[in-house]
Amino acid sequence: MKVDVEAVVRSNTRLSPHFNVLALAAPAIASQAEPGQFIMVRTAPGDSPLLRRPYSLFEILRDPQGRATGFSLFSKRVGVGSQILYDAAPGQRLACLGPLGRPFELVTPPGRAWLVAGGVGLAPFAALAEALLARGIRTTLFYGARTGAELFCLDRFERLGVELVLATEDGSRGEAGQVTVPLEQALRAAAPEPQVTLYACGPEAMLKAVASLASRYGRPSHLSMERLMGCGVGGCYSCVVRVRDADGGSHYDRACVDGPIFRGDAIVWE
Amino acid sequence: MDLSVRIASLHLRNPLIAASGCFGYGLEYADMVDLAGLGGIAVKGLFLKEHDGHPPPRIVETPSGMLNAIGLQGIGVHRFLREKMPELRARRAVVIVNICGATLDEYVELARILSDEEGVAALELNVSCPNIKEGGITFGCNLDATFDVVSAVRRVTRLPVIPKLTPNVTDVAAFARASEDAGADAVSLVNTFLAMAVDVETRRPKLSNVMGGLSGPAIRPIAVRMVYECARTVKIPVIGIGGIATARDVLEFMIAGATAVQVGTASFVDPFIWPKLIDGIREYMERHGLTRVADLVGTLRLERSTDDGSTTGCA
Repeated sequence: MKVDVEAVVRSNTRLSPHFNVLALAAPAIASQAEPGQFIMVRTAPGDSPLLRRPYSLFEILRDPQGRATGFSLFSKRVGVGSQILYDAAPGQRLACLGPLGRPFELVTPPGRAWLVAGGVGLAPFAALAEALLARGIRTTLFYGARTGAELFCLDRFERLGVELVLATEDGSRGEAGQVTVPLEQALRAAAPEPQVTLYACGPEAMLKAVASLASRYGRPSHLSMERLMGCGVGGCYSCVVRVRDADGGSHYDRACVDGPIFRGDAIVWE
Repeated sequence: MDLSVRIASLHLRNPLIAASGCFGYGLEYADMVDLAGLGGIAVKGLFLKEHDGHPPPRIVETPSGMLNAIGLQGIGVHRFLREKMPELRARRAVVIVNICGATLDEYVELARILSDEEGVAALELNVSCPNIKEGGITFGCNLDATFDVVSAVRRVTRLPVIPKLTPNVTDVAAFARASEDAGADAVSLVNTFLAMAVDVETRRPKLSNVMGGLSGPAIRPIAVRMVYECARTVKIPVIGIGGIATARDVLEFMIAGATAVQVGTASFVDPFIWPKLIDGIREYMERHGLTRVADLVGTLRLERSTDDGSTTGCA
């Protein structure tokens, strides 16, 4: 059941001049939330900015007894709304509508999960990694950014037990180049090993490359698609993604209700 | 307290209608909104056939508003009746079907099909979508074409016929008059304002369709003016649309002459807005000693005030 709650900011960790992780107390959302789902955040009351912004659930926060008490958002400051989230202070309240959208389909053991993140595309993956590892799934994060200074929360993933493969465009850390370079090497090397499933979030060009690599190496891929959204609940038809029909044609699905997670082989890249 | 209003043969439990294009087919909101508690639901515009719409980006935020160029993506009337109408009926929603055609015959055909369907309460004629040529805008910007499409639909249905008018004309009241002359039961206005936004870094339009329709609080004062002009021109009810986000906005439109209102963009921001609007209307009625909200319609006071000081010294 979707709920709209006045979530209280618990902490705001500014990772760099552009990135932050905002933790919010919202048990009514967190207790229902699954990895891959998103929240529509109203960054300010009134008309400026007017629309809510969609944010993936980065982490589902729990108390020592394991009860879900809130969630965090991994945000990059790019506009008015994300600036407000970057500046948010503990105690501040933000209206949050959620949980929304279809979650990631989790692989089952003995499957392996490879998470592929580009830049702010790290956004849905702490919660996903935690859920996968709780199932005993061996999990690797392929994480690419422009520079080494823009690779964030690595210790967070290491503590969970995620294996890391890093790439930077300037070569300052990990492989030089885009994250799809080490991903392809690994896919090639792992070719005889069955049951690797890819999960990806990042720029559309990266997602397209991941979907194409997945199909070339015969792996399923699940992509978290980013779109500008009006409502987040299926009412406005703003956030469409072109997907294949069974009969060879294609149509627009709404990322908010039919996604945001789509099978890589279902998407028609426009 | 009586919140009901009447649009021709249509009794609405309250003056609040979910605006077409902003509420899907209604069922998207069924887990958040009591659909039967709304005055009505204007479902997403339907063609005879399925319709693809424009590529993304389809939406962009602007000051106190938003532009959209969805392009009337829709499942077509037949799938609507098969897949959506049974549940809308079961939930006792007052369903106003918004219809779009490329030709006059398509409007007539849609009206015929829908007139036989149990649970369809009224037809809203989309002659005003700014985003596609076939969305009826060619009808809605020409007085004779507006008259022709309304009279053609009028001839084939007993359902209330409500043309939805575009603000992208010089004299919107003339279109309300043409609709009335053609036998419309009411008019709804305004659809969105044709508008545009450019990304200066890339020099590209922010919408794939280049232009789109502006909605939200930014357009409200213009919409109020247009509703006022239409309401004093025609005798049929006017349904006010344009940036309504609070109970005060509903009341403003009603005082200016709207019998009912539609809410669109504001329900994107707050899908739980409906009971809040109702509470605000009730609170106002109580404070002003009103028992029937319908008594508020068109009660704008134009006499010069002598007791609030605002006009003294200005002679």
